Amino acid sequence: MSAESLLSVRDLRVGFVTEGGRLQAVDGVSFELAPGEVVAIVGESGSGKSVTAQTLIGLTRSPNSRIEGSVRLRGAELIDADDEELRKVRGEQIGMVFQDPMTSFNPVYRIGAQIAEAIRAHRPETSKAEGRERAIELLDSVGIPNAAQRVDDYPHEFSGGMRQRAMIAMALALEPDLLIADEPTTALDVTVQAQILALLARLNRERNLATILITHDLGVVAEVADRVLVMYAGRVVERGTLDQIFYDPQHPYTWGLLGSLTRMDRDRPERLPQISGAPPSLLDLPTGCSFRPRCPHEFDRCTELPGLEARLADAPSHLDRCWLEPERKRELRLVEGEIGLEAPAP
Amino acid sequence: MGRFVIRRLLGTVLVLFAVSVLTFLIFNVVPNSDPAQRMAGKNATPELIASINEEWGFNDSLPTQYVTMMKKIFTGELISYEGREPVDERIVEGIPATLSLCIGAAVIWMFFGILFGYLSAVKAGGWLDTTLTVVAVAGISMPVFWLAAILLNYLAYKTGIFPSQGYVELTENPLDWAYHLVLPWVTLAILYLGFYSRVLRSTMLDVMNEDYVRTARAKGLSERRVMRKHVMRNSLIPIVTLFGLDFGALLGGAILIEKIFNLNGIGQYAEEALANFDLPPIMAITLYGAFFVVLFNSLVDIAYAYLDPRIRLGESAQ
Repeated sequence: MSAESLLSVRDLRVGFVTEGGRLQAVDGVSFELAPGEVVAIVGESGSGKSVTAQTLIGLTRSPNSRIEGSVRLRGAELIDADDEELRKVRGEQIGMVFQDPMTSFNPVYRIGAQIAEAIRAHRPETSKAEGRERAIELLDSVGIPNAAQRVDDYPHEFSGGMRQRAMIAMALALEPDLLIADEPTTALDVTVQAQILALLARLNRERNLATILITHDLGVVAEVADRVLVMYAGRVVERGTLDQIFYDPQHPYTWGLLGSLTRMDRDRPERLPQISGAPPSLLDLPTGCSFRPRCPHEFDRCTELPGLEARLADAPSHLDRCWLEPERKRELRLVEGEIGLEAPAP
Repeated sequence: MGRFVIRRLLGTVLVLFAVSVLTFLIFNVVPNSDPAQRMAGKNATPELIASINEEWGFNDSLPTQYVTMMKKIFTGELISYEGREPVDERIVEGIPATLSLCIGAAVIWMFFGILFGYLSAVKAGGWLDTTLTVVAVAGISMPVFWLAAILLNYLAYKTGIFPSQGYVELTENPLDWAYHLVLPWVTLAILYLGFYSRVLRSTMLDVMNEDYVRTARAKGLSERRVMRKHVMRNSLIPIVTLFGLDFGALLGGAILIEKIFNLNGIGQYAEEALANFDLPPIMAITLYGAFFVVLFNSLVDIAYAYLDPRIRLGESAQ
């Protein structure tokens, strides 16, 4: 673990016992996060990205789950922390924002009261009036107009975008160093998405707030992320800086994700390309590379699971799980529609 | 709120009208219900029956009879056929016993129903949950007359721990009042307790999966606070609904329990009236009971609006 690391995740594994049998939702995820850094975790539904995020603060703990590996926050292990230790980390050191702002607030309490509750959970000496004052400041800081009045609104009186702003305000109430944003823009319409992303980017800049951004939207990633993890069927299939992932993607799954973006700088295609097939069931994973059944470039070696390794001589921080030779990948990408080849990173 | 009250008042009048007409009609079509025949006795002469018919107005058309009876109910002049006593006096006499029975039992079943439901939900799948489930299902399944008989046999007749019957006025002797009501309270409470705890358990398990419960955990609330502030509050609506309906209906008389424990409440009076085909008290008690059902329905809606700010009285609360 490097000295300046804020969060260090090592070989995180999360398994669940379900009616259909045991499944491994997260299978060996590792990454580091420096203070102020934004890491995006990208993947389709069921890729394990949300489970990874929630496991970081113990939200997936249950009698039916098995969690292994290591999550260290400034050196303190969270995986085997007891409930009270974990409670202190939640909200105080790691704030979390969820996908659906419509259902993430309790409908029966006022917005301000729910924010104040987060503060008072960690600072019991805070009076109700102080909590309310602080809630107004926070709502104001995330751009809720007329915060002094709106603080007493119920969640259903806020619009979707305002609710997500209020969620962010609540997650930041105790000034944590790390924000986990689990699909924070997915449930919002496009203009509001852009506002929320701008807000996240501003908070990252002004407060040096490290962020883990969970999303399936590479457009969102391009806006705010420093580094990217691409997940597929519970495993990280590619990991690198934003430029490495966008300009020199190594895994065919990443190509698929990039290829299915609409682009302003290209002619509009007849049909938007898509990755054929559906993600595999976690109860019945193929042997070897999990992407193999959907991959157009499958060959005999793919029945053996490739490790997450640096395969490019000039980019030791760029890791992927694909057996294809880097040179061969370049050729294939050209054929596939010039994914990520122009404008190499400076 | 004003609109809500007016609408509810209109609704109440309509419901009471419908209930009274139905009760009246049913009485007049069931066989062997001719009141003059019953009042005149077994060996009545036709002349006697004719004079009773004349005196009580049984020769009038049904609508006229109905209107006369309703008038008498609301002016307090109603006289029963059996015993010819003022019905409103008997009802007023019965209110304290019925009210004591219902309130006491409701306190017990709400307290334990909510406690058991809460513990079951929090410890779902554990031994405590399993135990409470067995207790709840047993409570739901036991017929009230059987349970009352068992309790009476073991706790009253055989051991003499509790009195077997009778009601003592609260104002007369509060201790004796409670002492006489323990068995009826427990019997009635067990009947509802199991059901309430099962309903609360399943609602809480649903609510625990809500996103806002995850949010509450993510902001660092203790598990206890998450359960009590966020899960419980949102799980109370079905319980409040059930309570309003059950309690409202019980105020109209708990026939079986009042009869078994001889509490002389409204329920026991109703049983008596039914056994004697005595229409005036049947009508009066039915209306009295229906009034409470309707009243508590409205109270439930007011409670909804308090429990869930998204509900506005007179709009979505139908």
